[in-house]
Amino acid sequence: MTTQQVIEAADVRKNYRGGTEGAGLNGFDLTVTAGTVTGLLGPNGAGKTTAVRILSTLLEMDSGQASVAGYDVRRQGAEVRRRIGLVGQYAAIDEVLTGRQNLTMFGRLNHLAHAKAAKRADELLEQFDLVAAAGQAVGKYSGGMRRRLDLAASLIVAPDVLFVDEPTTGLDPAARLEVWAAVRQLVSNGTTVLLTTQYLEEADQLADRISMLKDGKVVAEGTPDQLKTQLGSDWLDLVLTDPAELEVVRRLAEPLADGELKIEGQRLSVPVKDRTRALVVMANSLHEANIEPEDITLRRPTLDEVFLHLTGSKVAV
Amino acid sequence: MTTLGWTLADSWTITRRTLTHWRNQPGLIIFSWFFPVLMLLVFGSLLGGAMDLPDGQSYYELLVPGIFALTMLFGLEGTMTAVTQDKEKGVTDRFRSLPMSSAAVVMGRAIADMLDTLIALAVLVGTGLALGWRWHEGLPKALAAFGLLLLLRFALLWIGIYIGLSVRNAQSLTVVQVLVWPIGFLSSAFVATSTMPAWLGTISQWNPLSAAATAARTLFGNPDASITTTWVGSHSVLMAIISPLLLTAVFLPLSAHRYRNLSR
Repeated sequence: MTTQQVIEAADVRKNYRGGTEGAGLNGFDLTVTAGTVTGLLGPNGAGKTTAVRILSTLLEMDSGQASVAGYDVRRQGAEVRRRIGLVGQYAAIDEVLTGRQNLTMFGRLNHLAHAKAAKRADELLEQFDLVAAAGQAVGKYSGGMRRRLDLAASLIVAPDVLFVDEPTTGLDPAARLEVWAAVRQLVSNGTTVLLTTQYLEEADQLADRISMLKDGKVVAEGTPDQLKTQLGSDWLDLVLTDPAELEVVRRLAEPLADGELKIEGQRLSVPVKDRTRALVVMANSLHEANIEPEDITLRRPTLDEVFLHLTGSKVAV
Repeated sequence: MTTLGWTLADSWTITRRTLTHWRNQPGLIIFSWFFPVLMLLVFGSLLGGAMDLPDGQSYYELLVPGIFALTMLFGLEGTMTAVTQDKEKGVTDRFRSLPMSSAAVVMGRAIADMLDTLIALAVLVGTGLALGWRWHEGLPKALAAFGLLLLLRFALLWIGIYIGLSVRNAQSLTVVQVLVWPIGFLSSAFVATSTMPAWLGTISQWNPLSAAATAARTLFGNPDASITTTWVGSHSVLMAIISPLLLTAVFLPLSAHRYRNLSR
């Protein structure tokens, strides 16, 4: 089971006739290994939700191949549904029912016996820190609580794969942290998660691997570190105390640069290949020129820069 | 458990969801059961004085079965709203992603809505009896009349599900809700169609609502001038059987098609 592929999608295509309903897929490929969190990262309209809806059997693809937990999404939908959990973009829970009533109902619909559904509801309320609100109508819940209940509802029967579609869109920062904590907890229990997000930070925080999606196609794939390395160079950042020194420092840095330098206010960013050598040489040159920078650091490119580089479009940070 | 067993169990779970809604928000559902009573009292006192029925009968003799039929029509709104909200809020998608029976989603809704109608009808019958309305042709025929009314409600269920799945969001429902009123008025619910101008009477008498109202009056032994004066009126029981069946035959497959099309 160690390196089993739980999600495999190849050349999935989907065109919406009429156009306005959602973003299509245009040769979408994806593999997800058991026990990992894969982030599907892309701007609005890239096709993230479409991909999740196809993989969770809610939507039919036009062409292509996709399997989840070893079952064909198109031909063995019922088998797939038995093994997945879905947390959609909107918290899909009943607002009039209480938290406990929701979980018990979904437990019954997952074909648990009455007593078992009730027991499972209690366990999940405990796990997602909702015991105090268990008897309250969901309509009175905060955004973060709804999301947590939504997550709980998709974990009634431990799924092989959990789809989480934009879990924190529209949540305030505190609620976002709550949801991240909940997702991390799942991951530590070994659940395979496919998470879509338009937030780079979220993908960086939660995902083992990231697939970057643009116009219905994966344009880059790898661990966050690999993606950052794909840009080639690291950056040497110099923050100067005196803007007048900028020109001198720029001339000193130019021989080390592997590409174009960037200047932002008093910050000079130099793309470098050989990290250590660049740092040492630069530090020496500055010392000889008698310049004392406010800060000198080496860093990898941010995912933001990777995304911009690969797609030419910005993602929310 | 067998597939059929699970379908029934899942349907009951979905029905119980609605029953729990009633328990959690009793005010809302109780108001909805008394709304037809309100209509009965308002229209009864508003129009009753101006109505001239044979043998000096009370207007309630004519109006009560009309309001019965109208209550079936208004039930449509409840079905539509529930279906649209579930679709909009993603609850329908969650159901579709579960290993439950997909027929159960609709069956559960149907059972809940029929129960709802049954209670509203019982409240209304009680009020009607208190106001002096009676059935005069014996209990079996009265039960047959109630059966025809519920048959109409069953047919309207499928229209409700179809529209509920078709509209984009809950706001578009307002348009549909506004249209329900003229449909209610263009029928024999309040007056016999034979008293209307000819063109209007012709439209109204073919309204499935008129068939149910007039058929109920026929079976209850309540007055309705169209029973003896028009063809549709004299065949109202037949019409009250055929028209709901026709509506069901059209809208049940359409609803199923819509539901399947959610995945396109």
